[in-house]
Amino acid sequence: MSGSPRIRLRGLRKAFGAKQVLDGVDLDVATGRSMVVLGGSGSGKSVTVKCILGIITPDEGVIEIDGQDVAKLSRADRAAILDRTGMLFQNGALFDSLPVWENVCFKLLAQKRVSRAQARDVAAEALAQVGLAATVGELSPAELSGGMQKRVALARAIAARPDIIFFDEPTTGLDPIMGAVIDGLIVDCVKRLGATALSITHDMASARRIGDEAAMIHKGRIVWTGPAETLGRTGNAMVDQFANGEREGPIRMELRR
Amino acid sequence: MTAALNLVALLGRTVLGLLRALGQVSLFAAEALSHLLRPPFFLRQFVRHFAEIAYFSLPVVALTALFTGMVLALQSYVGFARFNAESAIASVVVLSVTRELGPVLAGLMVAGRIGAAMAAEIGTMRVTDQIDALTTLSTDPMKYLVAPRLLAGTLALPLLVLVADILGVMGGFLVGVLKLGFVPQTFLDNAWDILQPMDVISGLVKAAVFGFVIALMGCWCGYASRGGAQGVGQATTRAVVSASILILALDYLLTAAFFS
Repeated sequence: MSGSPRIRLRGLRKAFGAKQVLDGVDLDVATGRSMVVLGGSGSGKSVTVKCILGIITPDEGVIEIDGQDVAKLSRADRAAILDRTGMLFQNGALFDSLPVWENVCFKLLAQKRVSRAQARDVAAEALAQVGLAATVGELSPAELSGGMQKRVALARAIAARPDIIFFDEPTTGLDPIMGAVIDGLIVDCVKRLGATALSITHDMASARRIGDEAAMIHKGRIVWTGPAETLGRTGNAMVDQFANGEREGPIRMELRR
Repeated sequence: MTAALNLVALLGRTVLGLLRALGQVSLFAAEALSHLLRPPFFLRQFVRHFAEIAYFSLPVVALTALFTGMVLALQSYVGFARFNAESAIASVVVLSVTRELGPVLAGLMVAGRIGAAMAAEIGTMRVTDQIDALTTLSTDPMKYLVAPRLLAGTLALPLLVLVADILGVMGGFLVGVLKLGFVPQTFLDNAWDILQPMDVISGLVKAAVFGFVIALMGCWCGYASRGGAQGVGQATTRAVVSASILILALDYLLTAAFFS
């Protein structure tokens, strides 16, 4: 990895009560690259992303974006960083009370970067980029299928043309074909924007499709990083067990009998 | 001895819990209010919630006030007739409605209707990541969700109470004239003579306070909800119960402040 990383995490720790969810996460994401963080349920993937976005405050550790320690930034500087980021939530997190076009242009409207009249055109353009017709803009999120909701959420994430994008389990709950479609859209959007991407998933097919690099998080620590294309044959027993979905290996599921 | 200590410990935990909740709600309210002074302002959100409270709550508040005024006139007549004091009925109706029943009953009805809806909507947004999504879309959830609701509640309830005052007195008037045989002009004169501006103003001030409290508890309970549908259901119940209790307690304090 050359140059200073776009996103740099060092010693990130976070506990909820007695449960230590993050236990010293170290991670670098280079500018313009797509990093996929793998890990089982409850391994700390989503908490890591929420810490970077400022939704959760870590107990310890450093989060740097473009070399700036976000904890030391003023409210305005932190807001400026958020202005340049987009986020696709696992369940879409579309606003039920707003039509699709307002969801897509929410950030632009809130910051008065477009008028309400212009917003419909901007929304139509963003919807077209994710393969949806402009007429979808007039529907409410409750009227959309799961796949369409994911696409609308992706359109919302890219509408303000961010240069850092986070994807939280982008293919969860979708059939394999729709999952591949969403992955393809993600790759296209990230390339078109020239953005840096950080995705979290436990879908191996998705990880290989959207990631340049991959990292594996286990029990709150990054235990491996490497090229995404090598997943399943990394030589790291833990990663290979996870990537190949094997029952036997160093990762033991905590089951109560 | 152990049982006594356990009891003291339980009491201590309860008091500490109450104090913690009070502190959290106070900080929540202070932060939301600070957003009312700092741009950007979400006028559309304010208008939407103002209409929801002031316009769509009108039927339920109007009916409550009308029937309360009618019942009040009937009940007063039954009691006052024993002392040949029927002429005081108009005074009792107008003072009771403007000072107490208008704001309290409107407050309780709106707490059930709007407080529950706010807690359910914000609670659902919390458990479906919509509040986190607001943050990632460079929008402060307190500014977008809470501040407009607090302002709308504070401004809308006095309008509802003004309507409730008029309809409550009208209910008493209708029963007095049509059922109890009062001369219309005499009833109105009796009511008008006793009524002071402070009677109406105190009711409207109470209404503003109750509106703020209803919106605050609805927003707070929804914002703090956790754990899916069950958590949202509990938040909704907490919002209505806490707002209702606070309305009754604050009514006493405000009455003491205005009239003692």
